[in-house]
Amino acid sequence: MLETIRPFPTPEALNEVTTTSVEISRVTKRFADTVAVDEVSLAIRRGEFFSLLGPSGCGKTTLLRMIGGFEFPSSGTISINGRDVTRDPPYRRPVNMVFQHYALFPHLDVADNIAFGLRYSDLPKADWAARIRESLELVRLAGFEARLPHQLSGGQRQRVALARALAVKPEVLLLDEPLGALDQKLRKEVQVELKSLQRRLGITFIFVTHDQEEALTMSDRIAVMNAGKVEQLDTSAQVFEQPTSEFVARFMGASNFFTATVSAIADGFLSLASLGGSFRVAHSGHALEHDDKVSFVVRPEKLDLRGRDLSAHGVPSIPVTIEDRVYQGVATEWRVRDDTGRGYVVYEQNERPFSEAAKFEIGHRAFLCWSPRHTVVLGEAPE
Amino acid sequence: MTGTGGEERPRGRAPYLLALPTWVILGVFFLVPLVLVLVVSFAERGTYGGIKPIENLTTHITSGAFLGNYLRSFDPLYLKIFWRSLWLAVVTTLACLVISYPIAYWIAVLAPARFKNLLLGLVVVPFWTSFLIRTYAWMLILRSEGLVNTVLTSLGLISQPLDLLYHEPAVLLGLIYGELPFMILPLYASLEKLDLSLIDAAQDLGASPVASFFRVTVPMTMPGILAGVVLVFIPSLGQFVVSDLLGGAKSVLVGNLIQNQFSVARNKPFGAALAFELMAVVLLLLLLYAYHARKSGKETLL
Repeated sequence: MLETIRPFPTPEALNEVTTTSVEISRVTKRFADTVAVDEVSLAIRRGEFFSLLGPSGCGKTTLLRMIGGFEFPSSGTISINGRDVTRDPPYRRPVNMVFQHYALFPHLDVADNIAFGLRYSDLPKADWAARIRESLELVRLAGFEARLPHQLSGGQRQRVALARALAVKPEVLLLDEPLGALDQKLRKEVQVELKSLQRRLGITFIFVTHDQEEALTMSDRIAVMNAGKVEQLDTSAQVFEQPTSEFVARFMGASNFFTATVSAIADGFLSLASLGGSFRVAHSGHALEHDDKVSFVVRPEKLDLRGRDLSAHGVPSIPVTIEDRVYQGVATEWRVRDDTGRGYVVYEQNERPFSEAAKFEIGHRAFLCWSPRHTVVLGEAPE
Repeated sequence: MTGTGGEERPRGRAPYLLALPTWVILGVFFLVPLVLVLVVSFAERGTYGGIKPIENLTTHITSGAFLGNYLRSFDPLYLKIFWRSLWLAVVTTLACLVISYPIAYWIAVLAPARFKNLLLGLVVVPFWTSFLIRTYAWMLILRSEGLVNTVLTSLGLISQPLDLLYHEPAVLLGLIYGELPFMILPLYASLEKLDLSLIDAAQDLGASPVASFFRVTVPMTMPGILAGVVLVFIPSLGQFVVSDLLGGAKSVLVGNLIQNQFSVARNKPFGAALAFELMAVVLLLLLLYAYHARKSGKETLL
């Protein structure tokens, strides 16, 4: 007898309007002479793992702190579960935060740290012990009740902070780069753990990070922020595969930028004339006209190095010189340069069947090829 | 001797020699005077104010005469003075704490960073003038034709000058004024180190600003509070300048009492005994604090 397994939500299912958990509308935050958050509107759905991703100073932490009530917006409104909380202090909001450096109370042991929030909840005192145990079991730290924060490792502290926030059963959990202080190996473990915890509890998680890989691993949807604005809001896969701006493409590690001229627009296809010959790509709705210059991006792992020109077959092929080759175990990273002086990065899995790359040496000439369907058109190229 | 496997110990007298300067300074400036005072406290007053030579040490001890000064100090008259001094010191300490905390909090947490040093400087500036002179200044402010009365009279708020000087409130004011910086500075040092994200965390978990102050800020700054309390309480217990100048003849504290024994009353042995008792009280309170701190497993200052 096969049990029915709940399928992973498809992007379409995720795009269906479910109940909104946190609604941010036209929120702006100005500090003395800078605009930290600039007219941001977001609708975060109930039960989703939502990430605010961006470089430091992009306004993601300020936005998170406004959801938590630690900063008030200069204009705009924030509502949680349909209730306007724009001006509510942190202690009147159904959200809890896991702080960047955990902010555990050093004078209280683990149990008292967790009990801190219970004091202000409706939970009768008789049930505290059970709730504390339950929270610690959730983060696999049962038996650590009597330890003081300074007697714990970084990873354990992080989990106590999580348990403390979860103990009061928030409707939304805010996480401010909580994995930043952990070492690489531990981070990977905690990422997986956090994601499965979130799926199990069904609480809305809003996660702030500057690490694109971390965001991709855990999030249902990602808002990529830059200079106080949301550059792109999409599912993880969409943000990774279909960046809509050069900034997002760069931030997601797609460092190969090209320009081309539109030679024809027809039947939902764009014909592009580029350095590598003419090829056709799907027209994804950019407002473009004949002869417009467009910029597009191709991810390093979608590029290929070939020995001959394939442009006659509709495969873009740019003649390049190989400048560097770095063996990285699973893959090899190639650095190549075209005749106009523009550099590209090619990331090719080692021992891949039909690969021609292996035979190239530094200084060789080759053709940089890719499948036209991996072309991501960003729009009209800046002059 | 050559040990097999044991760790080598530092040999010779070097460590003791290195500690010698400390011992010399402690001995000359602390232990010797202390022992002298202790010895004097067991003696009797000479006819002309000196110390009466002890003719027979054995009878002096066996008859209990050597404790005479200590027994005399338990006279209700002196106990009352002692009690009043203790009371004033406690009130001074509490008042200093209540006044200093907001000031220190403001300087350490709320004030813009570039003003911090200036504000701390303002706290320290009064030290540039002698405490005696600053206390005289208070006399000028409080006396019947002083600043306060002149201003209040010219504003028409009072018709008769208020009798401010030479009363207990004036003494208390002087004590609080003098000890305030000793409370502000350790509190500032503690508050400056306070991790503000802990306050965010407390409020995030549901604590109101008042609750987070008492449940997080106060416990986190306890070392500063205790340091300030010790630094203020001990000197205010032995104060004699303030009560002498601002309290007039009416307000005698234990400090004045001791001072009087060495000057006007010319009874050095009694003064020495009183001084030792005062020290014993302070020591006892500090030991109580240390015991309590150790029991609750916290860092101690002692």
